[in-house]
Amino acid sequence: MSVEDKVRKVIAEKLDVDIDEVVPEASLVEDLGADSLDLVELMMSMEDVFDVDISDEQAEKLRTVKDVIDFLESL
Amino acid sequence: MTATVFSRPPLREVAVTGIGMVSPLGLDGVSTWEGLLEGRSGIGPITRFDTAGLAATIAGEVRGFRPEDYLPRKEARRTPLFMAYAVAAARMALEDAALGEELSRDGRTGVYVGCGIGGLEVMEENFRIMAERGPGRVSPFLIPHFIGNMAGGMVAMHLGLRGANLTFATACAAGAHAVGEAFRRVRDGYADVMLAGGSEAVVTRTCLAGFAAMKALSTRNDAPEAASRPFDKDRDGFVVGEGACFLVLENLDKARARGARIYARIRGYDSGCDAYHITAPEPEGAGMAACMTGALLDGGLAPETVGWVNAHGTGTPLNDVCETRAIREVFGEHAQTLAVSAVKSMTGHLLGAAGAFAAGVSALGLFHGILPPTRNLDHPDPACDLDYIPKKARKRAVEAALTNAFGFGGTNASLLMTADSGTERDPT
Repeated sequence: MSVEDKVRKVIAEKLDVDIDEVVPEASLVEDLGADSLDLVELMMSMEDVFDVDISDEQAEKLRTVKDVIDFLESL
Repeated sequence: MTATVFSRPPLREVAVTGIGMVSPLGLDGVSTWEGLLEGRSGIGPITRFDTAGLAATIAGEVRGFRPEDYLPRKEARRTPLFMAYAVAAARMALEDAALGEELSRDGRTGVYVGCGIGGLEVMEENFRIMAERGPGRVSPFLIPHFIGNMAGGMVAMHLGLRGANLTFATACAAGAHAVGEAFRRVRDGYADVMLAGGSEAVVTRTCLAGFAAMKALSTRNDAPEAASRPFDKDRDGFVVGEGACFLVLENLDKARARGARIYARIRGYDSGCDAYHITAPEPEGAGMAACMTGALLDGGLAPETVGWVNAHGTGTPLNDVCETRAIREVFGEHAQTLAVSAVKSMTGHLLGAAGAFAAGVSALGLFHGILPPTRNLDHPDPACDLDYIPKKARKRAVEAALTNAFGFGGTNASLLMTADSGTERDPT
């Protein structure tokens, strides 16, 4: 599974949204309904799935689905 | 210039106009009430976790509950049971009251909840995560899903109720305190409608281990349906239950004016403390008796008007003897003629929800003129010598009922309710 597919799957599961809504340009907060606690939990899931560490500073910059995919692909 | 007159508004009468329940006997008030009248047991082997090593392996679990019926999908998935049960029972109570557009959401309708513990299963899971993987993996939902007042917070949020929102953490008396204090809030005129109830869901390994360590639990694991036996000589402790109950309390005049169905009226309430021991009740039942007497005085009703005591009746050796003594102390010779029920014989002990559940049962008993039985009362303890309605529900219309709830810390609550005659304050 590609990074993009994995990211979309985790976001769809954690935020309980249809995977078709998890398009690259979708904002995690405005479009997909995440609140601040959801974001913390989402980043913890990404760390688990991709076996990486995401600092709070890095996490704050990840606003869209594409931001998350690009960040994880850059590691 | 006209002088402003400051005067205290008169006390209001208070009606119970809606009831919602989630219990080991059913997922709503109707099925729960039917279960109680059948004398059915909601106790069984624990299904939710591995009970290996535990002294008590039985509980009154709620079965088949679907949080998605009451919460949006995302929240349904992650919300702890004590919060989900609360939202479910509160929604059902409000629908049952059929207030519709007459429900004020401007801050006059509040929510009082009894919750003895809170989201214990969330705490347990995160202790494990922290031990295995460190503090950085602890869930951001640990605190909001653990704190006991979140049941009331969720109810308010999902039903849009901006009035006073208080949680009582008074152990096994919490639900009765919530109902009693909400009653006074309506009676004093601060609110026309209050949602009052209790919620608890702590069927977890740690909780069972903790209560078992106190020797508080029945270990009759091979006969779960016979394990909760209040007032019976072979009782050996209580059985942990779970669930929620909410009541809609309403200004009686306004309830009558809108033609609401009135289950019962709350007439009096009192609370107090044994000030004796952290867990054991004061042996003579003096604190319990003072509380029951206080509720009668608060309602201005003579003891002889009470035909039914919906007892705390946990099935622990100490409680049942002390409560019997206290009832005798309050009612004297009249104790011989009144009926006493212990519904925990069927549901197990709903802990922080128990007092609210019992209040809901009392309202239903007064409304229908049927009193639920005490299951498993095969051989009454000689020290428990009242009429506990053994095994079979009894058709009996009573004028007034007392509901008891007593908690660790010596905290006590009693509620006085009466059947609604429907004649005294006819708006026409």
